[in-house]
Amino acid sequence: MALPPPDRRRPAAAPVPFVILAGAGATFFLLPLLGLLVRTPWGSAWALLTSSEALTALRLSLIASLSATAIALLLGVPLAWVYARVTFPGRAILRALTVLPMVLPPVVGGVALLLAFGRRGLLGGWLADVFGIHLPFTTAGAILAETFVAMPFLVVTVEAGLRSMDTRFEDAARTLGARRWTVLWRVTLPLVRPSLVAGAVLCWARALGEFGATITFAGNFPGRTQTMPLAVYLALETSPQSAIVLSLILLLVSLAVLVGLRDRWLGAS
Amino acid sequence: MPSSVAAGLIAVLLAAGQGACAAPTSSTIGGSITVFAASSLTHAFTRIGANFAAAHPGAMVHFTFAGSSTLAAQIEQGAIGDVFASADQPTMQKLVDAGLVSGSPSTFARNRLQIVVAAGNPKHIGGLADLSRAGLVVLLCAPAVPCGRYASQALRTAGVTVTPASQETDVKAVVSKVALQEADAGIVYVTDVKDAGAAVQGVDIPVRFNVTADYPMAVLKDSQDVALARAFISYVLADGQHILARDGFAAP
Repeated sequence: MALPPPDRRRPAAAPVPFVILAGAGATFFLLPLLGLLVRTPWGSAWALLTSSEALTALRLSLIASLSATAIALLLGVPLAWVYARVTFPGRAILRALTVLPMVLPPVVGGVALLLAFGRRGLLGGWLADVFGIHLPFTTAGAILAETFVAMPFLVVTVEAGLRSMDTRFEDAARTLGARRWTVLWRVTLPLVRPSLVAGAVLCWARALGEFGATITFAGNFPGRTQTMPLAVYLALETSPQSAIVLSLILLLVSLAVLVGLRDRWLGAS
Repeated sequence: MPSSVAAGLIAVLLAAGQGACAAPTSSTIGGSITVFAASSLTHAFTRIGANFAAAHPGAMVHFTFAGSSTLAAQIEQGAIGDVFASADQPTMQKLVDAGLVSGSPSTFARNRLQIVVAAGNPKHIGGLADLSRAGLVVLLCAPAVPCGRYASQALRTAGVTVTPASQETDVKAVVSKVALQEADAGIVYVTDVKDAGAAVQGVDIPVRFNVTADYPMAVLKDSQDVALARAFISYVLADGQHILARDGFAAP
């Protein structure tokens, strides 16, 4: 005889100390947010937010993070597809190396980017000599740094989607004579669309919050490489009030992303 | 950085624990103190602390090194310590105004600016005026941090306009990017050039353009061991001077 499905609405019977620890755990995360809200200078928030420095940083952050997401989609989706569908020697190692930025300290990533794309870097010297392309201290460099740190989130999400999808639809399309590109465009990608959206949004949110790799590789110059997180960090030195307002904006964006993705990412029903 | 913060935290915790025991015997030199010091003092103060402990058996000096404004913010938020050594006057003045310092601060060292270039000076930079040359990648500190404020003051005095490739958030970032040859030059402190070793060298800025940064130190109001704290400051002002000079600091 099968057991009846569990009733999730009934409160679980947890020991009291356990519930107290859970409460302490939640408080640990809520208190800093509360601190930010309590100390927000609401009266001058709008003026601080619409100051030219804040707007410049906000605009640059949007441009850089959206560009990084676009590059991540262009390169990351094919990479995720290869990881999910193609078996080749060394795949596990290659996969680990390419998603490493998810756990690498971003400053280390920034140093590594300098050694690769800097003007004395492995590829950077050649880029500068042949094409006159300079990446450090430019907006392109900020986009590169954000892509480096954020793209793995897209790759991992899309790969998981590709692995869990029902490949019989692709088989059926091929049996009916569809070419590879058609199968990819008309069957595979539409089927993993939720993963594509979730991956892109996570990637964008991570790019928006990027600090360490950007400041190390691209530096800090208003309008060119000074994104929101960098502006927050520097504002702390001179105007903590505007740092709090800028932080609040980043917080609201992150919260919106998490709430929007809760069905997919947090597994809530 | 995180490990030094952790070490600092441990030092603070240790000092807090020991300070409570040492308080009744504070009339004699002994016990332990915690010194909050600007990160540019890391090298010199570590050695001065060891010498001080050797000269005063039973005395211990713990250090927390960080940016002056970060330390000042920590002290304002209630961090327990005995001595604060700042890399600039305005930061110290903030604590004086807040009533967190006992007595008046004494200047124990001065720092000057220097142009940092790669070893061998490949771009042949001879002075501030060369920094405005086209095609040169120049780094300055951000205007929000003291070294950026001082650098723009020096450039203004010299009548030179520089468009930096980046306004770095701290002086060490300027030095390391010049050492990596990602930038051609930067304006930093003399002590940072000395500290960076053989990969870089300094180009002097004439005294008439240069800016002098005073380093003040003072006993904190909540010090658990005022006698030992004062003894340490006196030691820095006397015996510590030759160690500071070796790191490139000028005498007060």
